[in-house]
Amino acid sequence: MHWFLFMFYALFAAGGALAVVFSQNIVRMAFYLVISLGATAALFFLLDADFVGATQLLIYVGGTVVLLIFGVMLTSSSPFSSIKNTPAELLQGGIVGLTFLTLLISTALSVNWSQSPEMVGGTQLARVEEGFNPRQEGNTSRSIGTALLGLRFDRDLAGQTVAAPVHEHPATAAQGEQTLSVAPAERLSTGYLLPFEIISMHLLVVLIGASYLARAKRSRTASPV
Amino acid sequence: MISPVLAKTLSDGLNESTDSLHGSGLVEWILQAFPLLGTGGALLLAAVIHTALVGLFFGLPAFIFIWAERKVAGRIQDRLGPTRTGGRFGWLQSLADGVKLIQKEDLAPEAADHLLFRVSPYIVVVAAFSAFIFVPFSDGWTAVSMDIGLFVALAVLSLEVLGIVLAGYSSASKWSLFGGMREAAQMVSYEVPLGLTAVIPVVIAGTMNLNDIVSMQSGGFWNWFLLHDPFAFCAFFLFFTVTLASNKRAPFDLAEAESELVGGFHTEYSGMRWSFFFLAEYAAMFFVSMLAVLLFLGGWWTGLPVLDQALVALPGGAGAWGYLSRVIAMVILLSKTGLLVFVQIWIRWTLPRLRIDQVMTTCLKYLVPISCFLFLGVVTWPLILLSTIQSSTLWGAPLGERVPASTRPVEMEQQTHPLNERSGSTGHSKMETETVTPLVANSGTLHRTGGER
Repeated sequence: MHWFLFMFYALFAAGGALAVVFSQNIVRMAFYLVISLGATAALFFLLDADFVGATQLLIYVGGTVVLLIFGVMLTSSSPFSSIKNTPAELLQGGIVGLTFLTLLISTALSVNWSQSPEMVGGTQLARVEEGFNPRQEGNTSRSIGTALLGLRFDRDLAGQTVAAPVHEHPATAAQGEQTLSVAPAERLSTGYLLPFEIISMHLLVVLIGASYLARAKRSRTASPV
Repeated sequence: MISPVLAKTLSDGLNESTDSLHGSGLVEWILQAFPLLGTGGALLLAAVIHTALVGLFFGLPAFIFIWAERKVAGRIQDRLGPTRTGGRFGWLQSLADGVKLIQKEDLAPEAADHLLFRVSPYIVVVAAFSAFIFVPFSDGWTAVSMDIGLFVALAVLSLEVLGIVLAGYSSASKWSLFGGMREAAQMVSYEVPLGLTAVIPVVIAGTMNLNDIVSMQSGGFWNWFLLHDPFAFCAFFLFFTVTLASNKRAPFDLAEAESELVGGFHTEYSGMRWSFFFLAEYAAMFFVSMLAVLLFLGGWWTGLPVLDQALVALPGGAGAWGYLSRVIAMVILLSKTGLLVFVQIWIRWTLPRLRIDQVMTTCLKYLVPISCFLFLGVVTWPLILLSTIQSSTLWGAPLGERVPASTRPVEMEQQTHPLNERSGSTGHSKMETETVTPLVANSGTLHRTGGER
C-alpha cells in the first residue's frame, strides 16, 4: 500500500514536472506545477513530514502559484499567452537542465541506499517523544518548533535513556565524535533560533525594500489622489 | 533500539504513516471482523468509510445551508422564501435546485481553455472537501488526527482560491477575468490576518492539534478561548470577519459581484460545474464556522459545567454510551457551527458590498495591523498576569492542567517501548478503542480518558 501510494504520487510529481517543461501555455504550466508540487507535498506526508508537506501546500501551491497566475492575468496582452522558444534558448535551457540532472543523478547514485535506515537511525540519535500524542497521530511538528526556538530536546534529553543502544550501531559508531561527544545536560544544543531570526530579518528588509521600490513616485507638489 | 524500529518502519509495507492516514483503529476493527480482506483491503475499506463520512459532512450542510440562505434572505427582505417544494417550509428546495442543475447542459465557451475550464470546479470542490479531513467532529472523531491539524486544514483550504482564479482566467471572458483577479488579490491579502488570528488560540493552547485545543476549553464557558483574555476576545471577531472575506461572502463578495461583473468568475459556467462552486462555498462557510467554534467557542462543550459533567459521566466503556456521548457532543458542535453560519447569512443580506479598494484598505490598513497587535498582546498576556497576580490565567485552571490526562506525556513512556511489537503502534487510536470514563480533575475541568490506560 505504501509502495503503491509512493509510486502514485511520484508518478504525478514527475509527470507534472515534465508537463511543465513541454507545455507552451503559461497558465497551463502553472496548473501542471500545482500537480507536481501537490504530489511532492503528498510524498512528504508519506514520509511522516507533515509540517513540511503542509508548508509546501500553503506556500508553494496556495501562494506562489496563485501569485504567478495573478501576474500573468495582470500583464498578458492576449487571452492565452504562450511561450515560443528560439533554438538558442532551447539549447541554453537544455544545457542548464542537463547539468542539474547529472548533478542529481550522481548524488542519488552516490548514496548507499541499502543502509539508509541505519544511517537515518544513527543521525537522528534518538526520538524523544514530545507533546501529547503518539507519533502515528501526527506528532511530528513539535521537534521542529522547539528547534526553531533554540531547544533541541532530541539531542539534549536523548543521551540518558537511549545512549547505550545507539552506540551499538556500526553506522553510528562510524560517525564518531558528533554523536558520542554530546553528553547530556553538559552542553546544550543551540537549535536554529539564530538562523531563523536572521532569515526573518532578511525577509523583513526585502519586504520593506520591495514596497519602497514599488511605491509610485510622485512629486510633492502633485495633488494627492 | 531506535534504528531497528525505523528500519522496520521504512521497510514495512504498511508503515505508521499509512496507518495514521486511514485511522488505525478502524483498520484493526475491520481486520477482526472481516479477516478475509487482508491488510490492504482493510485499509482501503477504512479509507472508503472515512471518506464517505467526511463526504456526508461536506455535502449535507451545504444542502441545508443553501435552503437556509434562501429562507433567511426571504425573511430579511420581507418575503417568504421557498414555500412549496417538500412541505410548508420548502425543505427540499435544495434538492429541486440540484435536480434542475444536473439536467442542464454542460457548456464550455469556444474560446475557453477547455482543460482548465473543466478542471477548475473540481479543484475548488476537492480543496473544500479535503479540509474536513482534519477537523474533529467530536472528541477523537477525526479522519486524520495531526498535531498540525489547524495548519494543514488552513493550507488545504487555501487551495480553493487556485481553482477560482483558474476558472476566471480560463473562461476567456472579461467578467470572469475581473472576478478571478479580484479573488486572487483579496485572498492573497486576507490570508495574512487569517493566519495571524488563527494563531492566537494556538499561542494560548500551545498546540495546533484541534482536538487538544478543544479539550483545553472544557469545564465551563469561562474557559473558552473567547474569554481567555481581551485580545482573544477581539481576535474571534476579527477571525470571523476575515473568514467572511476568505469565503467570498458579502460584504466581501467582490469576485462574483452581480451588479458589476454579471456572475464574476463563474459567469461562463452552467449546470453541475456551476453548482460545484456553490457547493464548495457553502461547505467552506461551514468549515470556517466550525473552525471558529473549535478555536474560540469551546468546540463540543456546552459551556455549562452541569451539562458537561452529565455528558462525560455517561456510563463508560467503548460501547453504546461512549458512542452516544460523542454523538451528543457532535450535535452541540454542529449547532454552534450552524449558529455561526446563520450569522454569516444574516450579514450577507444586511450589509452592502464594499468596493474593491475598500476591501483592500480594510485588510491591509486595518485588519493586518490590528491582528499583529492582538497577536503581540496575546503573547505578553500570560507574562503580565504572572508578574501581577501570579497566575497564568485570569480565571479557571492553568492551561497545563486542562490537557486531557490520557494524552499527557507521562503516558508516552509506556507507549514508546512496545513499538517494536507493533501492538503499541496501532492500538491507541482514539477513533475506536478509547473508552469514556468520568474523570473530573480537581481543577474543575473535564476529561474523557482512555479506560485501558
